[in-house]
Amino acid sequence: MEYLKKYPKLFQWLFLLVVFFALCFAIDVPETYKFIRGQAEFVKDPNQSVYFFLGKEVRYYAFDVFWRLPPLLGWLPIWINDSLFFLMNEWMPMEFWNEDTQEFKTRPILLQISRNLTAFMTFLIELIREILLGGLETIVAFTSWDFIDAYPWLELPGLPWTIVAAGAAILSYKLSGKGLALFAGLTMIYISIFGQWKPSMQTLSFILVAAPLSFIFGLGLGIAAYKSKRVEKALYPILLVMQTMPQYAVLVPALVLFGVGDHAAVIITMVVAVPPMILLTILGLRAIPSEVIEAGRMSGCTNWQLMLKVLIPTARRDILIGVNQVIMVCFSMAVISAFIGAKGLGFNLLLALNQLNIGLALEAGLCISLIAILLDKMSLAWANKQTDYFGNLTFFQRNKNVIFFAASFVIGIILAYVGTFIFKGSFNYLFEIPHNKGISTADFWNKGVDWIFDTFFVYIKAFNTWLIQDVLQPMRALYLRMPAVATLVLAVGAGYLIGGIRSALVVAALTLFIALSPWWDRALVTLYMATFGVVISCLIGFTVGTLCFQNKKSAAFMLGVCDIFQTFPSFVYLIPVMMLFGITDTSVLIAVIVYATIPATRYTIEGLRSVPVGLHEAATMSGVNKLQRLTKIEFPLAFPHMMLGINQTIVFALFMVIIGAFIGTEDLGQYILKALSDKNGAGIGLTLGICVAFIGLIFDNLIRTWVEKRKKHLGIA
Amino acid sequence: MSETVIKCESVYKIFGENAKKMLEESNGNVDAKTFQEKGCIVGVNNASFEVAKGEMLVVMGLSGSGKSTLLRCISRLTDATGGKIFIEGQDLLELNNKELIELRRSKMGMVFQSFALLPHKTVVENIAFPLQIKGTKTEDSINRAMEMVKLVGLDGRENYFPRELSGGQQQRVGIARSLAVEPDIWFLDEPFSALDPLIRKEMQDEFLRLQEKLQKTIMFITHDFDEALKLADRIAIMKDGIIEQLDTPANIVLNPATEYVRKFTEEVPREKVLVIEDVMDTTSNDNLGDLKVLKDEIIENVAEKILTQEKIVAVVDSENNIVGSIKPSKIIDTVFGGRKNGS
Repeated sequence: MEYLKKYPKLFQWLFLLVVFFALCFAIDVPETYKFIRGQAEFVKDPNQSVYFFLGKEVRYYAFDVFWRLPPLLGWLPIWINDSLFFLMNEWMPMEFWNEDTQEFKTRPILLQISRNLTAFMTFLIELIREILLGGLETIVAFTSWDFIDAYPWLELPGLPWTIVAAGAAILSYKLSGKGLALFAGLTMIYISIFGQWKPSMQTLSFILVAAPLSFIFGLGLGIAAYKSKRVEKALYPILLVMQTMPQYAVLVPALVLFGVGDHAAVIITMVVAVPPMILLTILGLRAIPSEVIEAGRMSGCTNWQLMLKVLIPTARRDILIGVNQVIMVCFSMAVISAFIGAKGLGFNLLLALNQLNIGLALEAGLCISLIAILLDKMSLAWANKQTDYFGNLTFFQRNKNVIFFAASFVIGIILAYVGTFIFKGSFNYLFEIPHNKGISTADFWNKGVDWIFDTFFVYIKAFNTWLIQDVLQPMRALYLRMPAVATLVLAVGAGYLIGGIRSALVVAALTLFIALSPWWDRALVTLYMATFGVVISCLIGFTVGTLCFQNKKSAAFMLGVCDIFQTFPSFVYLIPVMMLFGITDTSVLIAVIVYATIPATRYTIEGLRSVPVGLHEAATMSGVNKLQRLTKIEFPLAFPHMMLGINQTIVFALFMVIIGAFIGTEDLGQYILKALSDKNGAGIGLTLGICVAFIGLIFDNLIRTWVEKRKKHLGIA
Repeated sequence: MSETVIKCESVYKIFGENAKKMLEESNGNVDAKTFQEKGCIVGVNNASFEVAKGEMLVVMGLSGSGKSTLLRCISRLTDATGGKIFIEGQDLLELNNKELIELRRSKMGMVFQSFALLPHKTVVENIAFPLQIKGTKTEDSINRAMEMVKLVGLDGRENYFPRELSGGQQQRVGIARSLAVEPDIWFLDEPFSALDPLIRKEMQDEFLRLQEKLQKTIMFITHDFDEALKLADRIAIMKDGIIEQLDTPANIVLNPATEYVRKFTEEVPREKVLVIEDVMDTTSNDNLGDLKVLKDEIIENVAEKILTQEKIVAVVDSENNIVGSIKPSKIIDTVFGGRKNGS
């Protein structure tokens, strides 16, 4: 009894677990139940039950309600599909003037908007692409095909790669200095001589459209939300879901709305990249001290001036993190949107992975990662730039960057011209090195992979078999053995114990949505993979973070490493694991672990860093040793922040698990991938995406509520 | 009295919903407690005063007394709930946004407790900021800012960022920024409160030196009574949004109007605050000694001289006319006596 009074929470938790296990044992597995069985699909199986909702027929395998809830939300995907179809093809038809056929045409308004948006995006992408690579779409857009037939010399020739490389280096030099300039130059030269120029520039043109647009929209909406409570309230739930929505899932509705191609990819990238930008903008603006705003007002700022010259620059740190996120998401999407027909490195990467040509995939992956790091560093340098008012500069000094660029432009053109004589009959290597005609190290890597396979095959296989048979399979079976009702009780109970009735209700609603969807089994598999990944990632992250924290330099180094790794598009992580483990669950899980370890490590270091210096000194004066200080002072205080790291780890892990569907898993991700090639996939894809997002949100809600309470308790809120 | 620059007529600031309605219903008779019960917080309660050109009015009060709120009403960073405020005869509350911005750009400067510098701008950019907002050419604004840098003694640090400066230096930047547009009215919101005592004294002296040169109309907010005595032409003491007393430092020390004000004056070393004129006898007296003291002299500086006299000491003005007299015993009385019962 005494213990009960001393640790009431502990006993509440114990009680919850007892109830959970009691339910698990009490509810038997129905005999007809087989692991993972497609539900709510239109297979005419006499064993299926049927119900109608909103005129939609839903077929499903019925089980005891305690074991699996019936998929009452099975109509939702069908309904979404029908609604989308209706909106696109029938809703509000209007007459629009058609430029090509010179006549009015009746079209549903949404279709027209979508077409116009599509055309606009295509124009932007083509414009940049043709500056970099050459082409005639842009000229055609302003004139017509007939015009270009009459004057064929109008076709944009595209810049020789030497000029782009020099331009990138000079721009980097202007923004940051020699270091970045060298990096930029080397990156560009690498891309070119390894024959990745064309796809790289295609990807770059995609990014150069998507990233600025996302930045502008995110900033704009963030400001609107900061200014108006109503806008914020309207945006918040969408932002929350989008934060945990896997990127795959949004591809499918985009297919329906915008079709296939780079333009759809840009639009969908914006949908994914804008929410974090909005959140960080709001966060940054909220954190500005009121006196700074008053100082701006007293300096006589108009509202615009206040926003542009005081608020945004002062909130720069957070906005920059937003830019960083935008770039990260854009590169991630550059690969993923290859599924809906975006050209460039991502397409090559997917193709190579599909053919199991690890060497080629590695090259494409390296290129895209290098460009990502370069753009990331350039955007950072740009924001930190300052002007010098006092330099008495000569004309040459002031304009040296322009002059250098002009010079390199001329030299580049001369070189390209000279190149036509040197490389007569073959490719002009001084103008553009065609795809796969540069140096390729693919063979080397492929041989390396083969060698690793030949040499370590026995060990890798042994490890693989052990992991799958002795760890993963039993774990998966355990997860699937949970009756739906027991899981529900566990989740809601945890919500109640952590955050009271409010949290319990939120968690209950989110869990019920998944349980009532037709994919509960799949969700459990996703959950099992994510849990496995998160547990290992946290173990590694906490250990590495704690070890690195012991020394200032190593901590800074580790944070830098995290930064760079975070810039890699998520798909790139699949390359090395496929090299080693082939097409198995192990590969996916290892990719998950590597990817999710980044936030775990970062938040551990940041959390430990945030422990006040005064406490360190107080601890040292009380005579604690290093270990005691770590366990008694630093960990308890850093723990709330580290929990936020776990939150991020979960989101990262979920993303990677879903992307892992590409390798072949049996979870929600697999179904999303399937939906991509399904004519009626939009509703399924979206609903599945929401399911994954809700898994993330359940943990997000629980962890955040706990962290807030804990922080208040510790007085570090 | 020279011309009035700032004029407040029963200014109220009440926070909370329905504040305006409740104020109208109360007929100007605002009781903080009843308002609080209805969910409103009274910031400023019926403040009326005037500030003349070139005068320095120090508003003194503890935290939560509404002094900063009063200042923000007068700079219209927040809108007063009731009452009227005139700046050089212009009704401040009637100004539209454009006119208000114009007024701030040309006539007002403000210094903040936490400096409120823009973190992304260097010292010189921060100082030039109000000018650039006005639309001054970059070159001109930077030149003007450099003058200000020299005025506040930060030469050589113009390209530093605020984060690279000490607190005192940051506040110098804040002061320079507020003066860059050459405002007539200067608001200072606890400018020296965040500084450590030595720096604070140095900054106060510097501030007095600047004011001697510039002769601005000043509203200065502080919670430090000594600082108020040192700087002020007149002091307004606030408590719970109400101005308890508004008078010259000497009068406040000698004749505290309320119990609250008396508490502050008790610990004040009077010989350091009062001048001879404040305690002299103005009735004519024939029995004067040889020593003459100036009426503007602070008591502390002449006390020793007076106390060694046996006769009554004559008090003269700057033109050597006798304007009064003072007994040595009066000095002793001022310094040591009459504190508890208040003379």
